[in-house]
Amino acid sequence: MTENVVAADDGVDQSRRKFLTTATIATGAVGAVFAAVPFIASWQPSERAKALGAPTVLDISKLDPGQMTITSWRRSPIYVVRRTPEMLASLKGHDQLLKDPNSEDSDQPPYTKNVYRARKPEVLVLIGTCTHLGCLPKQHFAPHDPEIGAYWPGGFFCPCHGSRFDLSGRVFTGSPASINLRIPPYEFSNPNTLVVGLDETHKGAA
Amino acid sequence: MASLHEPDVRAPGDPLPPGSNPLPRKGFWAWINKRMPVDEFIADQLTGYYAPKNFNIWYFFGSLALLVLVVQLVTGIFLTMFYKVGETTSFDSVEYIMREVDWGWLIRYLHSTGASAFFIVVYLHMFRAFLYGSYKPPRELLWILGMLVYLALMAEAFMGYVLPWGNMSFWGAQVIVNLFGTIPGIGPGLVEWIRGDYGIADATLNRFFSLHVVAIPLALLLLVMLHLVALRRTGSNNPDGIEIKEKVGPDGKPLDGIPFHPYYTVKDVVGVGVFLVVFAIIVFFTPTFGGLFLEGPNFGPANPMSTPEHIAPVWYFTPYYAILRAVPNQRMGALLMALAVVSFLFVPWLDRSPVKSMRYRGWISRLALAIFAISFIALGYLGLQPAEGSYVLLARIFSVLYFAFFWLMPIYSRIDRVKPVPDRVIFHAH
Repeated sequence: MTENVVAADDGVDQSRRKFLTTATIATGAVGAVFAAVPFIASWQPSERAKALGAPTVLDISKLDPGQMTITSWRRSPIYVVRRTPEMLASLKGHDQLLKDPNSEDSDQPPYTKNVYRARKPEVLVLIGTCTHLGCLPKQHFAPHDPEIGAYWPGGFFCPCHGSRFDLSGRVFTGSPASINLRIPPYEFSNPNTLVVGLDETHKGAA
Repeated sequence: MASLHEPDVRAPGDPLPPGSNPLPRKGFWAWINKRMPVDEFIADQLTGYYAPKNFNIWYFFGSLALLVLVVQLVTGIFLTMFYKVGETTSFDSVEYIMREVDWGWLIRYLHSTGASAFFIVVYLHMFRAFLYGSYKPPRELLWILGMLVYLALMAEAFMGYVLPWGNMSFWGAQVIVNLFGTIPGIGPGLVEWIRGDYGIADATLNRFFSLHVVAIPLALLLLVMLHLVALRRTGSNNPDGIEIKEKVGPDGKPLDGIPFHPYYTVKDVVGVGVFLVVFAIIVFFTPTFGGLFLEGPNFGPANPMSTPEHIAPVWYFTPYYAILRAVPNQRMGALLMALAVVSFLFVPWLDRSPVKSMRYRGWISRLALAIFAISFIALGYLGLQPAEGSYVLLARIFSVLYFAFFWLMPIYSRIDRVKPVPDRVIFHAH
C-alpha cells in the first residue's frame, strides 16, 4: 500500500490548474449576473401598470380660445387651456408678485421652462393638483376678479387653502403652495392632437 | 438514547474547556454533546468568555437591542398572520387588527413602540461607542458591522412604516423614494424601478412588504450575528478604554475580566427589567407618544390626492431629514443626507487620538462630542418642524456642526491634550 502515498506535486500542472480554476470562477460569475437579470427586471412596472400608465391622447381642435378642458393621465387630472392673446399678455408684468417667476424650483419638462410654461404659447398643459396639498385649483380666468383682488391677472385659485396661480400656473407669493403647478411631459402628434405622457425623453409605455 | 457502553465525549484526563463545569459522562446531555458541541459552545461564548469587569449602565444597550429584535420578530410574525397587504386592504386590515383581533391592539403597539425603542437603544449604544472610543483599533470592523446593522434597521423601519398604508405612509414613501430621483442620469429610471409603477402604488407596497417581512430581517439577523462574531475576536471595550487582554494572570485569563455568564447575564437581566417597565408604560399609556411614534396623519388612509400638512418622517429619521431640507438644492440636500449617515463608517480612521476613552481625553474632544449630541437632537427636533423661517437657519447651523464633528475630527482629536491611561481598569467593588 505504499504506492498510495502521493507526492503533492506528482505530475500536477499548477498553471493549468490555476487557469481552470480562474476560468470556472469567471464563468460562474457571468452566469450569476445573467441569473440576476430576471429578478432585477421583475421590479420594472408590470405590463398592467404600463397599460394603465399609457399616454393620454386628446383632440384639442374643438377647444376654443379661452376654454379649458380636463383629462387624466396616470391618476392625475390634466388641465388643458387654449389661451387667448389677452391671456398670454396677462402673464407679463407681475413677476414681482410670484414666488418662482422663472420656474427655477418648480417641476416641469425643460421645454416648458419659459414664461408661457408651454411648448406652444397658446396651449397650456398642467397637472391639476395643487402643489400645496393636492386639491384641485379652480379656474378664475377673468382678470381683476373682485373675490380675489384688483391685481388679479386671471388664473387658478385653490378653494382649499387659497393658493393662487397665474395663467401659466405660476404661484403667487402669500400662497401656501411653494412651487408652480407641475407640468407633465407632452407633445403634439399633429397641431390639434395633444399626447400627454410622451416627449423626447418619455417614450411612453404603451 | 445514550448507551451506558458508549465512551465519553472527552477522553479521561482531558482538560475541560475554560470556565465549564465538570460534564456528566452519561445520560441525555452526554448523548447530545457527543453529537453537537453545546457545552463547548456555552463554555467558549458565555462561561469562558471574559468581559471587562468595569462595565457601567452604557453597556446595557447592546443586549437590549437584541431583546428588542426578538420582540419585533415575534410581534411581526403575529401581525403578518392578520395583515393583508394591498392598496385596498392594508389600511383596513390594520384597523381590523386594532379593533377586532383579540389582543391585536397590544401586538401592534408592541411592534410600533418596539420600532422606536430599537432606535433609542441603538442610538445610546452608538453614543457609548463615541464615549469610550469603542470603534478604535482593533474594533473597526466591529463598528462597521454595527453600522451595517443600523443601515439595515433604517431600511426595515422605513418600509415597515409604509405597510399600514396611512396617508403619512404614502407620502413618506413618496418623499423618500423620490430622493433616488436626484441621482444624476439614472435617477428617474431608478425611481420607477423601485416603485414598479408611475407613482407609489400597489406594486410598491407589495415589494416593501416582502422586503420588510423576509429579506431585511434575514439580513439583520446575519449582520447581528457577524457583529457578535467580530466582538468575540476583539472582546468588549470598556469605560477606561484599556485592552484587558494585555494583562493576564498566571491562568491566562484577563486580570480585569469576569466571565460573561453569570456576571453579565445577571446584570443584563436588571437592565431588561428596567427597560420593560418603561416600554410597558409607553405601550399601555401613550403608544403614539404624542404623535412621535405613530403620526396623526397615519390614522387616515393613503390618499394620493391629498398631502398631509407637514410631511415628517418618524422621529428617528428626522435628524437626517432636517439636513436634507436645510440645503436649498434638492440634489445637494440628498447627497448631504446620505453623507450624514455614511460619515459614521469613517470614524475609526478619522479619530487620531492616542487614547480611546473620553475619561482620558481633553476638553476639545469632550466638547466636540457634546456639540455633536446636541446637534443630533436639535436636528431631530427641527426635522419635525415646518421648513420655514428660523427653523431653516437653525437646521443649517446644526448641520454644519454635525459635519464638523466628523470631518474636523482628524485635527481636533490629534491636538487635544490627553491624560495618561492607567495600566488597569478602574473598578470599585460594591
